[in-house]
Amino acid sequence: MNNILRLDLHNIAANYGARRVLQQITLTLRQCETLVISGVNGSGKSTLLRLLSGLQQPASGTIHYHYQGTCYTPRQAMHLLGWVAPDLALYRELTGRENLRFFAAVRGLQRNDTQLDELLARVGLAGRGDDRVACYSSGMTHRLRYAYALLHDPPVLLLDEPTVTLDESGVAMVTRVVEMQRTFGITVIATNDVRELCFGDYVLTLDTA
Amino acid sequence: MLFSAAWSVFAKDLLSELRTRYALNAMLLFAASTAVAVSLGAQFLGTRRDDETFLLQSALLWIALLFAALNGLSRSFVQEEETRTALALRLATPPIAVYLGKLLFNLVLLLALDVVTSLLFMIFVRVQVENTGLFISLLAAGSLCLTTATTILAAIIAKASFKSALFAVVAFPLLIPPLIIVIQGTALALAGAPWVDGLLHLRTLLSYAVATFVTSLLLFGFVWEA
Repeated sequence: MNNILRLDLHNIAANYGARRVLQQITLTLRQCETLVISGVNGSGKSTLLRLLSGLQQPASGTIHYHYQGTCYTPRQAMHLLGWVAPDLALYRELTGRENLRFFAAVRGLQRNDTQLDELLARVGLAGRGDDRVACYSSGMTHRLRYAYALLHDPPVLLLDEPTVTLDESGVAMVTRVVEMQRTFGITVIATNDVRELCFGDYVLTLDTA
Repeated sequence: MLFSAAWSVFAKDLLSELRTRYALNAMLLFAASTAVAVSLGAQFLGTRRDDETFLLQSALLWIALLFAALNGLSRSFVQEEETRTALALRLATPPIAVYLGKLLFNLVLLLALDVVTSLLFMIFVRVQVENTGLFISLLAAGSLCLTTATTILAAIIAKASFKSALFAVVAFPLLIPPLIIVIQGTALALAGAPWVDGLLHLRTLLSYAVATFVTSLLLFGFVWEA
C-alpha cells in the first residue's frame, strides 16, 4: 500500500532574482505521511509549496509524484493536488456553490448540488452556498478554499498557513481534514504556528541563512 | 473533457460579466459615444452616397469597434490576474480549455458589440447597408480576427504592469493588416458590391484568423504557465 503514492524532491533550489531562497532540499514522502515545513518569514515555506503545486518552477532539481505506477511532474499532477493558501482567490462575484460547480466542471467531475452542499457543510459553510463570495468573511473565504481543494478528493494536500483567519471550529475542521488525509494521502503543511507542528510526522525547518 | 471544460470557462466568464459588467459597460459606452459624436460632427456622412463616403463610414465603424474591443477584450485575462483567481484556474483547468473558453467569450462579446455598434451607426450616422449578407460576413470575419489576436495578447500582457498601454501598443502592429482589409471590404458591402468582390477580403480575413488561432493554441500553454 505504501508504494501507491510517493513524492520525491531531489536537490531543489529556488531563486527570486539573484536571491536564493531554497537550496539542496531533498526528501521523500510516502502515502499516509504528513510533512510540516516551518521557518521564519521569508525562509521559503510558501515558495516550496508553490514548487510542489507546479505554480512555480525550481531553479534546479526535480520534483516527481509517483501515483499508481505513473510518474508525474507537478504540472502534470493537477488532478492529484489540492492547494490551500491565503493567496488562493476564488470568484467573488459567484456564489460559493457556483464556484465549486465551476471548478468541478473544469476538472471533469460529476458533482450534483447535494454533493456540493455536503462538501460545503464539511468545511463549515452549510447554508451559505447561495451567498456570493464577496459577502463572505475572511474566515469563510478560507473555508471555501478548503472546499475548492477537497473537491476532487486529491491524494496530495498542500496547505499554506492552514488555519490563518479561522476560528476555533475552523481549526477543528482543518484538524479533521488533515486526519482524514492521513488515512490515504500525503499532506504538506507550511506554517509559522507552533500549534500546527503536531500535524506532522516530519518537520522541515527552513532558515534564511 | 477539453471542450466541456472550455464551455465551463465560457459560461463562468459570461455569468461573471453579466454580474459585474466590467467589460460590457465600457465597450457599449465607447461604441455609443463614438456613434453619437460622428453623427453630430460629420452629418454629411449620412447624406452622401459615393465610394469615398462608404470608405469613411466603414473606417469609422471599425475604429469604433477596434477601440471598444481594446477597452474590453483584455478584461477576461487581466481580471483573472488582478483578482488572483488565475492561480485557482491554473491548478484546475487544462490551459487549452482556458484559452478556448476565453476566446469564445471574447468572440461572443465582440459579436454583440458588432450588432449594437452597427445599429447605432445605422440610426445616428444613417449608414445604409446595400449588401447585408456580405456586410454581416465581413463583420463576423473581422471580429474573428480581432478576437483571435487580442485574446492571446491579453494573456501575454495580463501579468505585466501598465497593462492597458501595453495592450494597445502590442496589438497595434498585429491588428493593422486585418483592419485595412476589413475596412475596404465593408466599404464594398455598404456600396452594394456583389459577393464575388468581397470574397478575396473574406478569404484573407479567415486565413489571418486561422493562422492566429493555430499560433495561439501552440503558444498559450507557455504564456499561461510562465
